[in-house]
Amino acid sequence: MKNPLVALIAGILIGAGGLYFFLPYDPLTLGGGAAQVSSGAAGDGAERASAGETLRRVRNRGFVQCGVSQGLPGFSSPDERGNWSGIDVDFCRALAAAIFGDPAKVRFRPLSAKDRFTALQSGEIDILSRNTTWTMSRDTQLGFDFIGVTYYDGQSFMVRKAAGIKSARDLAGGTICTETGTTTELNLADYFRSRGLSYKVLSFEKNEEALVAYDRGRCDAYTTDASGLYAQRLKLTDADANMVLDDVISKEPLGPAVRQGDPQWEDIARWTLNALLNAEELGITSDNVDEMLESGNPRVRRLLGREGAYGEAVGLRPDWAAYAIRAVGNYGQMFERNVGTETPLGIKRGLNALWSDGGVQYAPPVR
Amino acid sequence: MTPIGWNNPRVRSFVYQASVLAAVIAIVWFFAATAQENLQRLNISSGFGFLDNTAGFGIIQTLIPYSEQASYGRAFLVGLLNTLVVAVIGIVFATLFGFLIGVLRLSNNWLIAKLAAAYVEVMRNIPLLLHLFFWYFAVLRPLPGPSESLEPLPGVLLNNRGLILPAPVFDAGAVAFFTAVAAAVAAGIFLVVWARRRQRATGKRFPAWRCAAALVVLLPALTWFIAGAPFHLDFAVATAFDYSGGMRLLPEFVALVLGLTLYTAAFIGEIVRAGIQSVGKGQREAAASLGLREGTTLRLVIIPQALRLIIPPLTSQILNLTKNSSLAVAIAYPDLVAVFSGTVLNQTGQAIEVIAITMAVYLTLSLITSLAMNWYNARIALKER
Repeated sequence: MKNPLVALIAGILIGAGGLYFFLPYDPLTLGGGAAQVSSGAAGDGAERASAGETLRRVRNRGFVQCGVSQGLPGFSSPDERGNWSGIDVDFCRALAAAIFGDPAKVRFRPLSAKDRFTALQSGEIDILSRNTTWTMSRDTQLGFDFIGVTYYDGQSFMVRKAAGIKSARDLAGGTICTETGTTTELNLADYFRSRGLSYKVLSFEKNEEALVAYDRGRCDAYTTDASGLYAQRLKLTDADANMVLDDVISKEPLGPAVRQGDPQWEDIARWTLNALLNAEELGITSDNVDEMLESGNPRVRRLLGREGAYGEAVGLRPDWAAYAIRAVGNYGQMFERNVGTETPLGIKRGLNALWSDGGVQYAPPVR
Repeated sequence: MTPIGWNNPRVRSFVYQASVLAAVIAIVWFFAATAQENLQRLNISSGFGFLDNTAGFGIIQTLIPYSEQASYGRAFLVGLLNTLVVAVIGIVFATLFGFLIGVLRLSNNWLIAKLAAAYVEVMRNIPLLLHLFFWYFAVLRPLPGPSESLEPLPGVLLNNRGLILPAPVFDAGAVAFFTAVAAAVAAGIFLVVWARRRQRATGKRFPAWRCAAALVVLLPALTWFIAGAPFHLDFAVATAFDYSGGMRLLPEFVALVLGLTLYTAAFIGEIVRAGIQSVGKGQREAAASLGLREGTTLRLVIIPQALRLIIPPLTSQILNLTKNSSLAVAIAYPDLVAVFSGTVLNQTGQAIEVIAITMAVYLTLSLITSLAMNWYNARIALKER
């Protein structure tokens, strides 16, 4: 054993042999084994393994971990005392109420546009309710499922009134400020490229700095979803000197997303949103929900858990929807309270009205 | 005497080392396999194929041709070059300015020394991110909008969209001119080196610097006229909001270089001061007794000895500056982190690949810098014979 090579080989064999027992699978057949796991089990085995896991984890933890924005009035923004409000925030409260019967059992995790997807993928949050646009690539390539649309939005521009800009076309050659890591960067490129117009884009990590840069005149326009523009306009030094263009250059259906692979959790989130929409359609509000429990309307009775076992099917109590509605009201109440015409944002229902009122908000029935 | 010679220390150490190696390989393998399996299970795309996909977003500063139709790979290169240009310019300025601060802090003039000390204390105790915000908004604030641009020289425009200069455009014949410049510089360097050697060997002096300077000016000038001025300038033209054409220095770039330089220079200043103070007082006195002047003493006696102590910590500062440039995204300068691990990561969702590439880039840059600095350090190190 004077030969170091022999000793080296012996060492590797001993070391590898020892480790072999600690590995959870056979490393020698790793290539084939991993492929087998993914092709055979991605469909059923792996998913079944994690089905119900999220709800179980949330229950054990005692609260829902909800990913929200770092501060977008009307959607998710904290006040001076750290209380969050907004549509996205209310949706998470409704979810917590549906699960625990208590809308306070939710914690909000502010995320930048850049970090939000990784936070959901890694399991740091249970649901991403952060004015996030539902797109095909996000739905199919990131390992997420979007559970519905909480707000139908579209990208637009904020400009200075004095600049004499009437439509987005007039911005050709101008500089546009935005936030990095959003669909807005791509829509912007599509819009100007398809019209053969030039533009310059300044992408900031946070929208605060983008807005300050716009305010200081570094850019001719600030772009994000129209709802965001109305909110951000209020933060400018002279809000009245600025206006939001009527042009909408993209479809931005904003909605909450969950991780793929846990159909139960996905169902809970999807039907919580549907319950809020159905509640508005059926005229159930946070104020009359307790009277409505006695209603004779079978649609109301099913939604509030007086008939059928719809809650049990997703692992919740029968009257889960009643708790959600009691906590945040129906969709219409949630909208008006956070972004509606009575709020500083002053946004009309428009596309977000129920289908029966000329909008596109339409929830499948509970039955 | 055990059968496998366990008492032999060489065998024993080989076994230990091989076991550790095998363990490390197995752990890495385990993590990689777990990550791959999870990605597949969660239906998250993986692999490096995305680099060929169309990027579809614009970048405000591109040193190489780039359009929205270019690939993510191209966007990566644009970001990398933007990082490199900030790092190189920042390193040069920070080193020069840092040396100046370090020397000034040791000045016999009370006011200058105290000013340098105050500079160091203020600059290095403010977080870099605040530096960047401060300089960005400090640069932006006084600048007028494009319609009220300042025009200090004809064709040179200054507004809050940047400093716009006429861009030189090379015509046919420019190659000859650039060849002449390169040849003149090479000849100049050769001349200076030759003159120095000859002076050492024979003591004869030769006005090498003056000759080299004449060469570098005259030869290209001659080619310039022969080739018939192979340039023209592309002046910026006013558009509805801005100017198009010309060359542009972005406020974001200026703010980033300014912030990085001023911050790092404070640290370098202290390193230089420490280096100079480490040189024995006797060296200075010996130089003085030889009749060397203050400046000459510093240049020929103090600095060469101080460098031995300055270079290793200076390397760290240079590495820091390169890495710190990744804060650029805060002020919208499109560096590697902003473009690649910001926009590209978000659009492809392939965090592991993108972050791995970004980490590999910074690691490579740092290792190259270290290698160069270590080589330089070895060259100037005290050689004991």
